[in-house]
This record gives sequence, structure tokens and C-alpha cells, in this order.
Amino acid sequence: MIEPATALSVRGLTKSFGGLLVTASVDLTVEAGERRLIIGPNGAGKTTLFNLVTGELRPDGGTVTLFGRDITRIPGWHRTHLGISRTYQIITLFSRETLLRNVTLSLLGRSPLRWNPVARLERQTALMGRAREALARVGLGHLAERPLSQTSYGERRRVEIAMALAQAPRILLLDEPFAGLSIEERRDVLQLVTRIPRDVTIVMIEHDMDVALDFAERITVLHFGHVVVEGTRGEVVAHPRTREIYLGE
Amino acid sequence: MKRLALAVALAVLAALPLWAGGTFYINIGSQILLYAVFALGINILVGYAGLVSLGHAGLLGIAAYTAARLLNGGYGHIAAVTAALALTLAAAALFATLALRGSGSGIGFVMITLAIGQIVWGVAYRWISITNGDNGISVSSRPSPLGLSLAAPAHFYWATLVVFLVALGSIAMLVASPFGASLRGTRDQPRRMAALGYHVWMIRFLAFILSGFWSGVAGLLFLYYNQFVSPQAVALTASAEALLMVIAGGSGTLLGPVVGAGLVVVMKNVASAYIERWNFVLGAIFVAIVVFMPEGLVPGAARLWRRATARPAAPAVAAVPAPGEGPAQ
Repeated sequence: MIEPATALSVRGLTKSFGGLLVTASVDLTVEAGERRLIIGPNGAGKTTLFNLVTGELRPDGGTVTLFGRDITRIPGWHRTHLGISRTYQIITLFSRETLLRNVTLSLLGRSPLRWNPVARLERQTALMGRAREALARVGLGHLAERPLSQTSYGERRRVEIAMALAQAPRILLLDEPFAGLSIEERRDVLQLVTRIPRDVTIVMIEHDMDVALDFAERITVLHFGHVVVEGTRGEVVAHPRTREIYLGE
Repeated sequence: MKRLALAVALAVLAALPLWAGGTFYINIGSQILLYAVFALGINILVGYAGLVSLGHAGLLGIAAYTAARLLNGGYGHIAAVTAALALTLAAAALFATLALRGSGSGIGFVMITLAIGQIVWGVAYRWISITNGDNGISVSSRPSPLGLSLAAPAHFYWATLVVFLVALGSIAMLVASPFGASLRGTRDQPRRMAALGYHVWMIRFLAFILSGFWSGVAGLLFLYYNQFVSPQAVALTASAEALLMVIAGGSGTLLGPVVGAGLVVVMKNVASAYIERWNFVLGAIFVAIVVFMPEGLVPGAARLWRRATARPAAPAVAAVPAPGEGPAQ
């Protein structure tokens, strides 16, 4: 099968909460293998855009197309099986469980095994092995048995990424993966994300433009639900509108 | 060690008719086990799915009434039991569909299950041509599986014990299974689970069906034990009492509902012989549990045990909740 060149295509996507228009007829095209950065001040509608793409929210209008397939009407849980994975800005992991169990749940999410009521989860060695691999990939292999509640914030961010990568997504949506991290932790996470192979398309939301600027080939600037500027790194940084709403303050 | 404890517990349970000292106590044993099956079923929803139901006595009642009607209509036990379970499963599917509308959790779920339970009670109480109203329905005989009559209290106890062990074993298996992990995931982080690719609604629906199945089994045990069913079995207080068994014993734990069932049945039957206001005592016990062991008797006792056996040199261990403590099990 030939992979369509466009990974994600959003057309005229609109969403309002009450009278507040948070996504205003957004058009967005992300090519397969691309690294895209979406920036914008707080309240620009970045996370809402992710929620519309993953199906956690229903749009008021517009379409979402994934690798040439219209997924606008497909429920969120099913979109995961079509290759969308995401991380959250506010960490929503299973805090009472171990890191291993967190990643295992993520793997199970894409496996038919999740419906099995008679097998013993502990004995699913192949699954456990993959979960350990995913943890090792983000440098947390040694903490696999530790309850999540006893890990640091930075480690949890990496668990988030491990869980998303464990699902072998075709497109990965990262919602502010650097939020709340120290400078060293940011560097670690950035390295982690940079190492992800090109068969995974990545869209990253970042509030702080400086951190992720080097990461992206193309940048989209959102402001009050509108796409204000879109282009290469150089184009966007040089654009007067970007400076006005973002850099100039 | 664990195996030994399990074997001893099994032996003690199986030998109960020999050491309990009389029909009265054997019957209390049967009651504890049948309510334990009911509480185990409710715990699938309340403990593992995080969905609090106040209408499960309705499901118990549907099974009991269906079997009673069919038995009195001349059908055999196998036909009556099969039809009763089938109808209970259908009812559970309908109830689940109604209760899981919208967000499918929280107060809406409680209110809808409460309302459905009350409708079933209303039918039992008022639709006299079907349910014989307040007078209830009697059945004349207990079944004889494999040619063994269950008329004697000890025989009925053993049969109930077998059903109870099957329920406990299959739920233990469920809890340790991938589906059990999925179910607990939807309890803790439903939104996250959906994003991970889980069909949260379907997982909850299946949990409801399973919970309904064991409620139906408990309903059949209830009918055969009492050889009678009346609207009292379907009332809101019956649902609430079963829910209290789960919460008092420890929701989301395997043995909590069993201990809770034991507590309530013993208080009802034994303490009521000595204390006239036994309901008051039971209420006081529930309050004490909520104050001192909010997680329930089983996890609470485990916590005290760990604290008592921990070396005094390491107080920090007792202060940090151990992994898996509390309702996470």
C-alpha cells in the first residue's frame, strides 16, 4: 500500500463553547513524516484543536482526514486504532499503578487482548516485554515496577511519551510535552522526540516558542481560534503578525 | 503459605454443616454465601467499574420472580433457571443501556439505576396478576441437581458453596485478566482510556451484564433458599443493603463483599436475637467502618496488620501507602 503523502488534513474545522468561538474554520495540512509545531498564546485553541482531531470533542463543522480517510464521524477510541496517539498537557496517568502497568494499558488499548476476561495479564510475557522496551526507550526501564505516584514530574512526562510511542502511532500529537520541566529535563525530552523515526508524523503544541523551535520544519501560529501565520521556521519568526501576537508581547 | 490458607479456608467452609451446630447456623451460612454472590456481582460494577448502582435488587428480583412463576406454571427447574437467567441478562442489557446514557457515570448512573429498581419494585408490588402483589409467590420444591436433593439445609448449603466458589473464582480470574485491567482503567481515567483506544461504553456495558448475571444467580439462590419471593426482596432497601455489604467489606477487593455479606447477615440473624434494636447497631457499625476504615474492612484490616507487623525502626514504611493499597486492587 502506498502511503498517502498527507498525514493529517483539517478543513474548515469549527468549534464553539457557548458563545466563545475556540476553533474558527481552521485549515491545516500536515505531510507524512513532517514535524509540525503549533504555537499560540494561552487560549488560542491549540488543545481544542487536538481534541477535535482525536475525537474527544465533536466539531460544529468541518472535516478531519487521516491519511486520506475522512474520520470526522469516527468515535475517538476508534481513531486510536487508525494510528493517532497523543499525550496530554495535564498529565492524566494511572497514578496508583506502576509505570509498567501504565504502559501495558497503553499497549492493550491497541490489542484485541483487552477484551479477554480469562487470561492472566501478568502472564502475557510478550506484552510485558514490549512494555518494558517502551519504558527503556524513554530511559525509565529501571523504574518499571515503581508506582507512578512515586515518580517525579519529569519522569511522568516521559511515561506519557512512552505510552504514546508504545501504540506505534502513524501520527503523534504532543500537547506541551515540555510544560513544567527543568532545563535538563526539557533537553532530555527534546532528544527523545527528535529520535523518533520519520515514519511517525509529529504535531507538537508548545506554548513557549523558544523550546521547540529547532524541532519543527513548519510552524502554525494559532490566535483566538484562527490560523494567523503558517510557514517555515524562518518565515514564521520573521512574520510581523507573529511578532505582534507572540514575540513582541 | 497462601495456598495453605486457601485450603484451610475451603476445608472450614466445606465442613461448616459439621461444626456449626444446628440447622439455624447452617442456614445462616447459606444466607451469607448467597448474599456474598449478590455482593460480588454488585462489586464488579461498584468496585471495579466505579459505577454505583442502587437498583440491583431489581435484577435479583427479576430472576427470582421469573423462576417462581415458571415453577408454579409446571415447568422444570432447568427450564425455570435457564429462562430466569436469560430474562435477567436481557433486563441487565436494557438497564445498562438506559443507565449508561450520557456521560455514563456519576450521579446520573445512580439515579437511573435507583429509578429502574423502583419500577421493578412497583411491578412486583402492584402488578398482582403477574406477581401476586404483596403476598408474594411460594415455590414448593428445591431442585435436585445430579439426583441430590437440596431439601436438607446442609445439602443446600453445599450447593450454595459451590455456586459461591464458582462466582469468586471467575471474578478473581476476571480481575487478573486484561479485561479486568481495562475495566479498572475506565474507572480511574475514562477519558484517557478512550484516547488509548478502549471502547469505554462497551466495557462498562459488559461489566453491567456480568454484574447482572451474578445478581440473577443470587436471585435464584434466594428463591430456592426461602422458597418464596415477595416485593421486599426487590425494594430499595435490599439494593442499599447489598451496596453497604460491598462498601463495608471493601469495594474493589475480592473478599470485601464476602466479609460485608457475612457482617450484615450475622447482624440481621444473630444479633437481632439478643438486641432488639439490631438495625441501630448495624448502623453504628457502618458509621464506625466509614470513620476508621473508609476503604472497608478487608483493606482496612490489611493496613492495620501491616502497621502492626512492620518493624518499629521503619515508621516511614507505614506512612507511605503501599502499592495496591485501597480500592485500587
